[in-house]
Amino acid sequence: MKFFFFHLMPYAHLDPDYDKEYSTDWLIYPNSNYDPKKGAKLYNRYLDEIEYADELGFDGVCVNEHHQTAYGMMPTPGVLAGALSRRTKNVKIAVLGRALPLLNNPLTVAEEYAILDNITEGRLVAGFVRGIGVEYHASGVNPTESHDRFHEAHDLILRAWTEPGPFAYEGKYYHLQYVNLWPRPYQQPHPPVWIPSQGSSETIRWAAAKERRYVYLQTFSPVTALFRYMDMYRDEARKAGYEASPDQLGWSITTYVADTDEQALKEAKPHIEFFVNKFLRMPMEMLLPPGYLSLSSMKGVMAAKTSLARKRTMEELIEQGQFICGSPATVRAKLESYQDRAGFNLLLPNLHFGTLPADLTRKNTELFAREVMPYLRNRLPGGAKAA
Amino acid sequence: MPGQNETSVTLHGCKIHVLRGGAGAPLVYLHGAGGGGLWLPFMEDMSRKFTVLAPEHPGFGRSDTPDWLDGIHDLAMFYLDFLAAEKLDDVHLVGSSLGGWLAAEMAMFDSSRLATLTVIGSAGLFVPGVKKNDIFLWSAEETARNLFHDQAMAETAAKLAVDPAGEDARMKNRYMTARLAWQPRFYDPLLMKWLKRVKLPTLVLWGENDALMPKEYAAAFKKRLPQAQLEIIPECGHVPQLEKKDLFTERLTRFLAEAGR
Repeated sequence: MKFFFFHLMPYAHLDPDYDKEYSTDWLIYPNSNYDPKKGAKLYNRYLDEIEYADELGFDGVCVNEHHQTAYGMMPTPGVLAGALSRRTKNVKIAVLGRALPLLNNPLTVAEEYAILDNITEGRLVAGFVRGIGVEYHASGVNPTESHDRFHEAHDLILRAWTEPGPFAYEGKYYHLQYVNLWPRPYQQPHPPVWIPSQGSSETIRWAAAKERRYVYLQTFSPVTALFRYMDMYRDEARKAGYEASPDQLGWSITTYVADTDEQALKEAKPHIEFFVNKFLRMPMEMLLPPGYLSLSSMKGVMAAKTSLARKRTMEELIEQGQFICGSPATVRAKLESYQDRAGFNLLLPNLHFGTLPADLTRKNTELFAREVMPYLRNRLPGGAKAA
Repeated sequence: MPGQNETSVTLHGCKIHVLRGGAGAPLVYLHGAGGGGLWLPFMEDMSRKFTVLAPEHPGFGRSDTPDWLDGIHDLAMFYLDFLAAEKLDDVHLVGSSLGGWLAAEMAMFDSSRLATLTVIGSAGLFVPGVKKNDIFLWSAEETARNLFHDQAMAETAAKLAVDPAGEDARMKNRYMTARLAWQPRFYDPLLMKWLKRVKLPTLVLWGENDALMPKEYAAAFKKRLPQAQLEIIPECGHVPQLEKKDLFTERLTRFLAEAGR
């Protein structure tokens, strides 16, 4: 297993009672509630936490992209990756944005990623996403164009990285007389591409295609979904005529470790519940604007009525495998069992979540690095050791 | 017995449903974002003097969703060709909300087959400083309720809006509404500039209490259309043709009679 420390950088000073007046802390929650003095401290603290993961021997670190929300303060993750590119020495830096359909000119991301890849001499992992539904409210981009813009922007970026310039590009959404990227990426032919998703059969089929073989990451979902989508990826790979490697599959999972189960549960509870019930809170119309999903997928989701407005407890999250919490032995056992069933080899633990304070975040990260990582580092699905 | 026939027309590879009834000069009614497909009481009234055609737009209800439908201009071109294909001349074009926007676009591009234009609670323009609600953040129930000023009607509409039988059509209509109107939000910068090209007798008809398109939008249409007259229906929401059917029918009939002279 390889380990990527994942941080969402929430605005931890979110008023716990905001939801008495507002249905969500996204999009419509006034930014007058953001205090720049407190925010500045948080940015620096969070960057310290990510840099510490480099010292502790994680394989990589991840930043994230969301807009107009207290949930995460990384609307332009490339800036944070830039800060990390000089202060970290060994870790891969995975940018788990960028929401390609939101861009007016995808070359800006081709350039940004190429610069990061050059500064780090090849430590960049290039994430491409559609962005969750609310980003289409926040950016104004038409959600019914989301899939098409994603594919077009992706194709343009890959061509800009791999084909000699200058060349002209004429698409439906993007029109460029000159594509001639300076700098070119450090990694050749291009940085590894990761595709984070909540699970969409279209995305999985596309990522698993033989000519791409992109890493698929399952983000915040119950383990039943994790198992289903990892199986789907392997099936799609087989249909495409190859066997998917465990290195093509990753899981992002919120995790908390303490000396004992009891202590871990006690320390994590208020912060994980704040994360899920306060930061993640969002009405369906915001999460799923028309066209974000195909009509058939939309029907399925609406039928399931999985509203993010419902309050959930830590115990439910643990039960569903959306949160791993306990002593090092407990956490190791769960990760082994999930790895065996799902078959992933990339683990992206969110070791900070919600309002978890600096001291507990540090302790959690240290314990994970010392008591979990070394035991699982070379473990493959099924328990075999990596060569 | 309702006096209409249900027909279909295929044009540019797209089959649409069209309700037709009555006799006389053609009156084409373009429905709003909520969809069409129903022969409404005001249509029955108008069909006593006019041949009423009420198509369901491409991408809505039972009509096809063609690949070429990316925006309001595509729809305007389609309907201009629809008028030609149906050999309709001296058409009284009436549109409500999104349909009013569509009607205005058609008239802007080519009014040669049109006799008059009527826009009801219409989208299409942008008025700086006037706050508009965001229907894409409203649930189907809220949207339906907010269409009406009369609270009893609002409650009936809200109940209908969550009827599972209509779910597929509602999702389809909502998808196409976003396709056409997400950005710029329910308006067209081209129409802002060139609506003034429309040299037709025009009726700008608005509910005084329209919560979707505030009545400042009625003034904006009036201002750009030199031959427009403004009718504000008191104690009425976004759809006067439903909420104040008799008054609506009377005003529209009077306008068409005067314009025909």
